[in-house]
Amino acid sequence: MADAAAPAAAAPAGRRARLRTDLRHQPGFTPMAWVCIVFLYAPIAVLIAFSFNDNRSVVRWTEFSFRWYVEAFGNEGIRNATVISFQVATVATLFSTIFATMAALATTRTRPYRGQTLAYAIVNQPLMVPEIVTAVATLALFTIIKKATGITGIGYLMLAHTVFCIPFAYMPIRARLEDMNLTLEQAAADLYAPPFQVFRRVTLPLLMPGIFAGVMLAFVVSLDDVIITLLVAGPGETTLPIYILGQIRRGITPEINAVSTLLLGLSLIFVTLFFLIGKQRKT
Amino acid sequence: MAEAQSTLVDARRAAEVRERRARWLLLAPALLTIGIFGLFPLTITLIYSFLSPGTYGGVTWEFSTDAYVQFLFERDIFDGTLEFSSTYLQIYGRSIGLAFVATVGALIIGFPTAYFIASKPPEQRNVWLFLITLPFWTNLLIRTYAVLLIIRDEGIINLGLINAGLIDRPISILYTDTAVFIGLIYSYLPFMVLPLYASLEKLDFRLVEAAYDLYATRFQVLRRIIVPAAKPGIVAGSILVFIPGLGAYITPTLLGGGKELMIGNLIALQFGSSRNWPFGSAAALILMAVVMVALLIYVRNASREGGNHG
Amino acid sequence: MTRRIVTLFAAGALGLAGAAPAWAEGELNIYNWGNYTNPELIEKFEKAYDVDVTLDGYDSNETMLAKVKEGGTGYDIVVPGDYMIKIMIEQGLLAEIKPNEMENFEHMDPKWVDVWWDPGRNYSVPWQWGTTSFTVDTEVFKGDDIHTLALLFEPPEELQGRINMLNDMNDVINAGLRYLGYERCNGNVEELKEVTELLLNAKQHWRTMDYSTIEKLTSGDVDISQNWNGAAMRARAQRPTLQYAYPKEGFTGWMDNVAVLADAPNMENAKLFVNFIMAPENAALISNFARYANGIAGSEEFMDPEMLTAPEIVMPADAPAPDFVRPCPQETVDMYNKIWTRLKQ
Repeated sequence: MADAAAPAAAAPAGRRARLRTDLRHQPGFTPMAWVCIVFLYAPIAVLIAFSFNDNRSVVRWTEFSFRWYVEAFGNEGIRNATVISFQVATVATLFSTIFATMAALATTRTRPYRGQTLAYAIVNQPLMVPEIVTAVATLALFTIIKKATGITGIGYLMLAHTVFCIPFAYMPIRARLEDMNLTLEQAAADLYAPPFQVFRRVTLPLLMPGIFAGVMLAFVVSLDDVIITLLVAGPGETTLPIYILGQIRRGITPEINAVSTLLLGLSLIFVTLFFLIGKQRKT
Repeated sequence: MAEAQSTLVDARRAAEVRERRARWLLLAPALLTIGIFGLFPLTITLIYSFLSPGTYGGVTWEFSTDAYVQFLFERDIFDGTLEFSSTYLQIYGRSIGLAFVATVGALIIGFPTAYFIASKPPEQRNVWLFLITLPFWTNLLIRTYAVLLIIRDEGIINLGLINAGLIDRPISILYTDTAVFIGLIYSYLPFMVLPLYASLEKLDFRLVEAAYDLYATRFQVLRRIIVPAAKPGIVAGSILVFIPGLGAYITPTLLGGGKELMIGNLIALQFGSSRNWPFGSAAALILMAVVMVALLIYVRNASREGGNHG
Repeated sequence: MTRRIVTLFAAGALGLAGAAPAWAEGELNIYNWGNYTNPELIEKFEKAYDVDVTLDGYDSNETMLAKVKEGGTGYDIVVPGDYMIKIMIEQGLLAEIKPNEMENFEHMDPKWVDVWWDPGRNYSVPWQWGTTSFTVDTEVFKGDDIHTLALLFEPPEELQGRINMLNDMNDVINAGLRYLGYERCNGNVEELKEVTELLLNAKQHWRTMDYSTIEKLTSGDVDISQNWNGAAMRARAQRPTLQYAYPKEGFTGWMDNVAVLADAPNMENAKLFVNFIMAPENAALISNFARYANGIAGSEEFMDPEMLTAPEIVMPADAPAPDFVRPCPQETVDMYNKIWTRLKQ
């Protein structure tokens, strides 16, 4: 798949590869990228350090202890909130990315058509409206639906998340598609490949980096949402950010850091596996 | 001859119809979802903004344009006359300024990073992308506290600089606009890097090679080939950093000290203890109108230029 | 691909429909302030009545009201503050459950029965009550009398730039009104103008305006902060030189009360819960977790000993009575809003 995405990269390794990396070099870019990585991870290091703080403070260090990991494991509220957060984020990411990919395919690489700008504006509309306003109005709408149909449940929360995740998934996919070369697809079509085959074998692989970026963005946006969730969530649908919000007045404890650290560790394990499996398949 | 031409026209028309149908089918899920669950709430907001505030929050069904008048004019507390007031404009100005600076900052850090990832071997790229977003799997509040600990007067940065003998007294960063700026970049950096990467990844390095063959300098290559190729990503990333940055409120409160209102706080306040939903709605719609107009102009220009390529 | 998408849609739709609950007997949905409910209390109640409890948290009275007002939330129990109880009764959002006729009502401290937000207690019972004043580090502050709002509004040099105020319109403006000796919920424009000037002038000495008072105080970012008494106790545990002030100009008192929503799906269980928390040993469980006082007589003997002597809870005899502020009329709120916006412009 990756090979199709970058035909040039399929070239043999060795001297040519070195030449290519050199070609790609821009002065100062690599150091800046490392600055960026340090910038992103320095606070994370602090956060992890404080998860081992013996004290109940997230700002004043005392002694090393596993105390908060034990507490987090024993805390049903935190456990449930974490599970709900991930459920909602997964469903919202899935649907929003599919919708966004389809919409991106329809709004790029065509001759300008009537309604194109409007479609673009509508897809991005959830981005424009401040969250609290969307939250209040969505609550009103959902209540009407609930009363009319009698259906309740976490589906509403997932739906609300899907809506505001769409633009975040759409943007990178669109950026990927814009100016993308049509030659490969046309060549495939000229060889009488059915349109769906063309899409699956040619367009989708070319799109993959954009889709991957979209998935990641939609996921973190859903995972961090506070206000819309606060108003739309029903009984038993407390997400992690809502749980944490409730702690501000009484002081946040390192329990949250412990949970965050565990999540980071878990996702790191996943990436590593993902990477290793991918490598194995290659060789 | 004429017959052949007409079949050709027919075929082309049929193809166009097919294309149009496919296009709307592709758009349907997103448009329907947002149309129902995005535009309907927006309509409710629009209606709210023309009503009167209800007792203790909510609205009463009484037409009023007070919410919009209040945005620009203030009724004098003494004699009830209307006079121009820049209070809200100042709050909007500050938020827009900060969001803009944060967007530029994120671009300056994000562009080299995205390029760095795009120039890695294909099988490594997704891992790098993952590493960029991983910090954001932790909660925003906790993350912001961690940033706070680093930039405090007694934080790592100041201690390091003092120990290195570079400064005698700590530099005050926390609870200033600089802190908000750092916090905003930190919160929205992946929203810049990922779209940039998505568009840089397809950069055809044969163009770069050709440019070097023609004795282009590295800077010329950057300016004439790499940046234009990244343009859709720059547009997308800027939008994704700027607009959410406008509405941010946790970062400004925690890192900036909360002594000054941002648009996000201002609007949330109206739905909270100020109990003025119509004004909150109006303030949100005004913000949205400004952003929408700017965005449409931006995108129209971008797509017109894009048309030249295709 | 299309088929896969269709399947996904179907799965999503099923998710919506499948989650439709049957509000079985033996359930109770509580909507309380976040991190305010002792898990032990919930477990005990679940065991005693064989009821499955779901607990969710909110961050402010206004969030809760916005949600409840729409109706059909599925919640049974809410825990609104004093003024919010009054508002919700007026708007018909609460069920008249007559706690005053319940078995455990005899344990109610009589001073919390005839309160202005629910005279005679026909709708609600006390959950926790406390005060909103401020905490100051007595090592830093050189003077001897900490019990004055002057420390916030006209601070001595050592406290200038070391102050955190709550990011709350009412708490800040009410404190200003008290300092100048004016009434709360005040519509008098002359007096409000004076307050505005006082606040604008004091703001230069304030470092931050934020709710996270414990972190601010314990990290040493500020030396004095507006605070709730329970948070003050937690902060003192980590910075022992902190002291909670009872300013002579007055300070805010508040009470969160347990009430049942008019459209509660599990009305009977909700009533059981209301009666349950009026038992002294259960009220003590709440206090031991949330670190505030409850309104139940006889709960002291079940409480942590340190709570009985904590200066944040046991008020000195000469302190003024806490001021439970009534909800203000909209015109006053509008003026407060203008002052607040100008202050934070």
